[in-house]
Amino acid sequence: MSNGVASLSSQLASSDAALAVSVQNLRKSFGSLEVLKGVSLSANEGDVISILGASGSGKSTMLRCINMLEVPDSGEISIGGETIGLKKSRKGMEPVDQRQVDRIRSRVAMVFQSFNLWSHMTVLENVIEAPVHVQKRPKAECIAEAEELLAKVGIVDKRNQYPSHLSGGQQQRAAIARALAMHPKVMLFDEPTSALDPELVGEVLRVMRSLAEEGRTMLVVTHEMGFARDVSNRVVFLHKGVVEEEGAPTEVFGAPKSERFKQFISSHR
Amino acid sequence: MDFAFMRDAFLTLLSGVPLTLNLAFMAVGLGAVLAMLLALMRMSGIKVLDWPAQGYVFVFRGTPLLVQIFLIYYGLGQFRPTLQEWGLWTFFREPYWCAVLALTLNTAAYASEIIRGGLQSVPYNQVEAARACGMSGFLLFRRVVFPIAVRQALPAYGSEIILMVKATSLASIITMMEVTGLAAKLISQTFRAVEVFVVAGLIYLILNFIITRIIMAIEWWLSPHLRRPAAVEPRLEAAHV
Repeated sequence: MSNGVASLSSQLASSDAALAVSVQNLRKSFGSLEVLKGVSLSANEGDVISILGASGSGKSTMLRCINMLEVPDSGEISIGGETIGLKKSRKGMEPVDQRQVDRIRSRVAMVFQSFNLWSHMTVLENVIEAPVHVQKRPKAECIAEAEELLAKVGIVDKRNQYPSHLSGGQQQRAAIARALAMHPKVMLFDEPTSALDPELVGEVLRVMRSLAEEGRTMLVVTHEMGFARDVSNRVVFLHKGVVEEEGAPTEVFGAPKSERFKQFISSHR
Repeated sequence: MDFAFMRDAFLTLLSGVPLTLNLAFMAVGLGAVLAMLLALMRMSGIKVLDWPAQGYVFVFRGTPLLVQIFLIYYGLGQFRPTLQEWGLWTFFREPYWCAVLALTLNTAAYASEIIRGGLQSVPYNQVEAARACGMSGFLLFRRVVFPIAVRQALPAYGSEIILMVKATSLASIITMMEVTGLAAKLISQTFRAVEVFVVAGLIYLILNFIITRIIMAIEWWLSPHLRRPAAVEPRLEAAHV
């Protein structure tokens, strides 16, 4: 069934083909280590793209460049057709206009590996924080919506608890609700299940699967082969800072072209 | 020990409490503002801001408060013509303002390090989450960095406040009639040093007991996330039945 949903959403995406994210020739080095060596990637609205790769392949760095948590050394990033302006500074590249970055970030939500919930706020306060203080929406409206979102991810009964009182899976679901509360055009997931105990992975993947079924645009860095195969409509495999393999999951998993991707799949069964 | 005398001494010294608290709170309040400024200068990463702040902390932490009080009250008196020219003499001729200034400058040095520690302990991933939501600049500071830093810094800041309450006793040597000033005066009249100083010590102890309690209450109020959630508590009650 989920295969059907994935292919349906890929049809939808190809039919209206509005470009949600475009990454062109991205390069990024940390000191002498070149992590990204010219990566390009584009996501249409409704695409669910799984980004795979061994650790150190640059997949998280690429995702973090999309919302400028890392500033690339060169290359171009556009969100919904708007290109992020970059300029040279003494310390390398930096955004031309912080307000543009803030505006784009409020449309590109991110879910982190270690949840990164604000520890001094309750779950509900975490969810309404950015809508109220960044997007300046009325608080009552945000609270009502936050409760719906928390119900959707299945933790509405925890709304007045603090993150430290929740399990990892619950914290990650709260973080997903926090991301959804901003009405993002694109959602970035940076290894959302890697910090979870095995028995908690399923509850987070279920939520992510339901988001994919709604037709949300998602870029997911993950090690969950099942998710990549069943839920995403495109798979990108990064190796040593370049895109080594890319295509629909049935293609790439069925008949991988790259030798390294074959090895990677066989080691992640 | 003459308890009747001690009771009278207690009542006499109590009249110094308002000035003691006045000096302490003025210094802590003004010092906090200056300390915040110093901490931000130190964390700015800009050398022309960082170095003066570092030098300031070095000097004011490295010299005795008593020496600082003397320098400001007696030392600046030597420059009276200049200060009069600048219109600052009305300020510096008052022992009250000299005491407030010395205490403020001193506590700011210590408090800036406490605040810096608090700011540095803010987990970077929570800052990153705020950035990823579109927060930056003052909004990020006000909503995420500062609230977390305050919670980290409060226990150490509480100690600094207590130290300041006690440090006000040094203002007595520049004629301030706070608790210790009154005690010294009473001793010079009665020659009963032990009783008077025991009573003075007791008053500081009471003041600091109250202040400690207030700080504990604030800490408790700010840290529900560090306590057990309410839903778990019935289980504990059940264990007592």
